[in-house]
Amino acid sequence: MSKAGSQPDLSKAFSVQVTGEAGQAVTFALSGRVALDTFPALKDRLNSLLTHYSPASLTVDLEQVTYLDSVGALLLVELEDEAGARGTPFTLANASEENQKILGIIDREALKAAPIKEEEEPGFVEKVGGASLSFMDDLVSVTTFVGGLILALVNSVFHPLSVRWGEIGFYMRRAGVEALPILGLLSFLMGMVLAFMSSLQLKQFGATLYVSSLVGIALVQELGPLLTAILVAGRSGSAFAAEIGTMMVNEEVDAITVMGFDPINFLAVPKVVASMIVVPLLSVYAMFFGIMGGLFIGVSLLDITMFSYIAETRKALTLFDFVSSLVKSVVFAAIIAAIGCQRGFKVRGGAEAVGTETTSAVVAGIFLIIVVDSIFAVALHYLR
Amino acid sequence: MSQAVAERQPVILVEDLTARFGDRTIFEHVSFEVYPGEILVILGGSGSGKSTLMKHMIGLYKPFSGRVIVRGVDVNTRNEAELQRLRMEVGVAFQGGALFGSMTVAENISLPLREYTDLSEEDIAHIVKMKLGLVNLAGFENFLPEELSGGMIKRVGLARALALEPKVVFFDEPSAGLDPVTAVELDTLILDINAGMGTTMVVVTHELQSIFNIARRVVMLDKEAKGVIAIGNPRELRDHAEDPRVLAFFRRQPLSQVKKDA
Repeated sequence: MSKAGSQPDLSKAFSVQVTGEAGQAVTFALSGRVALDTFPALKDRLNSLLTHYSPASLTVDLEQVTYLDSVGALLLVELEDEAGARGTPFTLANASEENQKILGIIDREALKAAPIKEEEEPGFVEKVGGASLSFMDDLVSVTTFVGGLILALVNSVFHPLSVRWGEIGFYMRRAGVEALPILGLLSFLMGMVLAFMSSLQLKQFGATLYVSSLVGIALVQELGPLLTAILVAGRSGSAFAAEIGTMMVNEEVDAITVMGFDPINFLAVPKVVASMIVVPLLSVYAMFFGIMGGLFIGVSLLDITMFSYIAETRKALTLFDFVSSLVKSVVFAAIIAAIGCQRGFKVRGGAEAVGTETTSAVVAGIFLIIVVDSIFAVALHYLR
Repeated sequence: MSQAVAERQPVILVEDLTARFGDRTIFEHVSFEVYPGEILVILGGSGSGKSTLMKHMIGLYKPFSGRVIVRGVDVNTRNEAELQRLRMEVGVAFQGGALFGSMTVAENISLPLREYTDLSEEDIAHIVKMKLGLVNLAGFENFLPEELSGGMIKRVGLARALALEPKVVFFDEPSAGLDPVTAVELDTLILDINAGMGTTMVVVTHELQSIFNIARRVVMLDKEAKGVIAIGNPRELRDHAEDPRVLAFFRRQPLSQVKKDA
């Protein structure tokens, strides 16, 4: 028991008195504690004594035992089995009434019972197979979920009264309004860093003025929507997964089903719709603060006037850039919210599964955002 | 029996305990003792503070006033070493088992053994088998909690509570949510472990059948009285109590009926 801090010296907690000659009838007289704390030391001692004396018959005298618990009783049963394996007759002597009771509750059958279910370590092929199967399952469940979600969304368009608008408002506040401070700060700093780092390069060509268009284009076309999407995936995608996951564990989702609601309609639609409304707005907000960050660096460090900075930024940006980014944001929002909800519905079991699926919601969400963003980049290049 | 019990030193002392959350008083001025080797049942109607009292007795909640002493140690002591010793001498089986969902039955039971002892893996596995035998679940070591039924989960919870050979075991609602057969099996298990190992047991329950099966002494809490309204043997209370609230509980009758009969 050394791990639990200072412990009394265990060698004094028990002792074994041996009477008799090796190879003949031998008595081990135990005294002191025969318990969990003395178990390892006493076991070693008894086994070495047994080997040393290899008695013709063994008697274990319990008269001096002051404390016997179930682990101590287990030790005596083990000793009896050991003696039995050596063909040595074994007797327990002078067990008090209490000690006999404890010895009585040790279920000898249970000690020998084989596990009903074997724990198997899968081989390499099995692991690869298992991983492929679970990937396929995942693909099927995502597809099914997306199908269900699209149906529910279409249904909401035709039956706007069935949509839980109060919930949508709640999630708009959660995912949108409450993200404003951190998103503003993040994009402002991003704009500053972008302006500062690019000015170092552009200065060599005397093209510092182009910092404004660089920051503007980068933020409006890429960074604004991307930064927002990643932030929302971290803040809200994970929250959706954890919320629905915990509801799965608590059988709340089952309750929703038996009350006649469609869980996707009831739980996922408000979150997805709220995200799709709020994420484009957040993106615009991020673009604005990013450009402000660039403006701050331009005016304070690069000797660009505020007027020319803004004029250059306006010249660099087109309405098409802006609209395509908003469309992209809507798609990002749908992906984040849908993945978050889908991972939540996937939770089976307990607390650990909630953690796994929440992590998976963020990782899969960000991964899909990057993939879709690259697709957009290529497609928009040809559209432009 | 009760004569012999009274002469021994109490293993748990609850002294003038008052529990209050904010300005809501759950119970006040509660005092009683638990003697070594006995099975004491804390009972009372819903909302009477049974579980709150138990959580005070294991030191999870801080008392508003009063104190709880378990084996000579105040459960709210700031002495880490004493608290550690106390934690190892007290086992708690929670209402829903509170098993770790990501661990197998064997891992759940062996966790305290791994943390607090230097036993070899082989010895731990053997002790786990023995504890599973104690709760009649031999062979279930590799099951996950989600694969077990409610009664099995409670039994594994009990086996885990017994892992470090505690002197006192608290058991919250052993028979709640179980079918009568499983419930009575659990009662028998509690009696067997108490008789075999001499473990003191404090059981929180409101199942009458269970109370008559296992309790030698009961402490009855009441919501209105905000405290203890009866202490004693359940059969004697059923037959001889004068308090209508106690009679209503033990006779399973509405309070109005009992008052009319009186």
